[in-house]
Amino acid sequence: MSEPAASAGQPRVGFFTDTSLCIGCKACEVACKEWNGVPDDPLGFAESSYDHGDGLGPNRWRHVAFVEQEPMFDHEGLRWLMASDVCKHCTHAACLDVCPTGALFRTELGTVVVQEDVCNGCGYCVPACPFGVLSRREEDGRVWKCTLCYDRTSAGMEPACAKACPTDSIQYGELEVLRVRAAERVEQLRERGESSARLYGEDPGDGVGGFGAFFLLLDDPEVYGLPPDPVATTRDLPGMWGAAAAAAGALAAGIAAALLTGPKPR
Amino acid sequence: MNTGPEPGSGPLQDRRSRSYYGRPVIAAPVWTWEVPVYLFAGGLAGASAGLAFASEVGGHDVLARRAWGVAGVAITACPPLLVSDLGRPERFLNMMRVFKVTSPMSVGSWLLAAAGTATGAAAASRLLAPRRGGSLASALERIGSPAAPAAAVLGMPLATYTGVLLANTAVPVWHEARRELPFLFAAGAAASAGAAATAITPAAHAGPARRLALGAAIAEMAIDRAMRRRLGPLAATYESGPPARWHRAAVTLLTAGAATLAASGRRAGPASARAGRLRNPRRAAAPGGRPLAVAGAALTLGGALATRFAVFRAGFASAEDPAQTVAPQRARAAAA
Repeated sequence: MSEPAASAGQPRVGFFTDTSLCIGCKACEVACKEWNGVPDDPLGFAESSYDHGDGLGPNRWRHVAFVEQEPMFDHEGLRWLMASDVCKHCTHAACLDVCPTGALFRTELGTVVVQEDVCNGCGYCVPACPFGVLSRREEDGRVWKCTLCYDRTSAGMEPACAKACPTDSIQYGELEVLRVRAAERVEQLRERGESSARLYGEDPGDGVGGFGAFFLLLDDPEVYGLPPDPVATTRDLPGMWGAAAAAAGALAAGIAAALLTGPKPR
Repeated sequence: MNTGPEPGSGPLQDRRSRSYYGRPVIAAPVWTWEVPVYLFAGGLAGASAGLAFASEVGGHDVLARRAWGVAGVAITACPPLLVSDLGRPERFLNMMRVFKVTSPMSVGSWLLAAAGTATGAAAASRLLAPRRGGSLASALERIGSPAAPAAAVLGMPLATYTGVLLANTAVPVWHEARRELPFLFAAGAAASAGAAATAITPAAHAGPARRLALGAAIAEMAIDRAMRRRLGPLAATYESGPPARWHRAAVTLLTAGAATLAASGRRAGPASARAGRLRNPRRAAAPGGRPLAVAGAALTLGGALATRFAVFRAGFASAEDPAQTVAPQRARAAAA
């Protein structure tokens, strides 16, 4: 399984997206598109909500989800949950594990980036990602995703989306620092009575070894279209290779049996 | 299983709704028809190489030559199928930049390169050398002696690694079938290799191929049942839409194929005993036996191909249903 850069002497960086601060302005989407030269994609409002995108894709590396929940009881009003989704830059990144060309790589900052001059569009990372982040761009046959603004971060600048976020819902920095800040924030919200506040992806013990870009959510992850217990399936690979070897042996045995059970040739 | 709101219910979500407007959580594969056809062709090639080499060792030379022919043709179809499925086909050689055991596609690319070379050399040696004289024939024969066992050995994992290729994804109906998929594909490979050889081999010499096809077709249906039982609620993807149509076709074709092969075997049985003493075994086959064998082989081949398409299409249905992703993860979290 892939490991984040630990020996490079650089601290691992990432995002803490605090959705309790998101106002749904989509400045992150715009800034990302502008800085990274991400192509336009068709405009159309999904499900009559203010979400005009179809989730993350090759042409949208930040995506603001609008969850508009109807009142549960008479005294409670409409609840809007807004959340800016992004590539999670997993500690154990399934996309990186399965990439057969080495186009996907782990940077010295601990982020996961596609080298567009190497990617041959095999598409294996697309169903491998437990978050559905990666997909192929129709026009050029390659996969594209958030690079955590590798050109900016490797020069010591913060990514375009974090820079543009007017409420600091998107925070960039050293992962260790962000984790401490997030724990404090969740505590603060709970003290104020927001009992549903929880962190998502901050736990290095989860199925992907923790996210490099983690979140503070106000409802279950699946409400935002996120998987509740994501897993990099590569962790089951030894068993799967074992099954393939056993099946290969069974195939050889089957062929041998077919030859041995009949009459001998002349 | 969809937990999303009814279409046309507007922007408001019930607070109990456990999905984001019923949208998928994971991304459906971008692979097209070339991939299931490759799953079939790679299995056919690998198992045919195994059948060919084993037939050689067992002294079934007539069958061995036919099986080498099938292996050579099938393996030749594989690289073009995989290259044309790439988003950037001109960059197919980038597959050879690295070798990664964590990537079944990387392992498979190297395996296909090695198995393809060995199978091509073995098939050329066995089919061309006897027809040519001189130095070329002797060179081909020299190549054949190491290539034939290598092709047989490499052919076995070539037929089964594709189960890992699909299982090592976040697609629930593939990943949760990770114990069965390699066996399902092994059985499909054996059924198709046996069937293809049965179709083109004189009945008197086709006995082992027919037995292989018959046994493997039955095994394939049994493994498919075991897989769907393990999948539990996820197996619903095999019960509606395109995967259900492919799955019904697969079961029908495999059942009919196995029955027809069994019937042709009963006819060929006494004939093959007679043929052992006759000079031309082709003429010795019982009347009706050979068309029956060809029909049974075609049905079995179709069944093996349809199984690959059923599994492939089920992956798309599974990826597109958010409940298939969320429900097992919730259950896992609750159990922990």
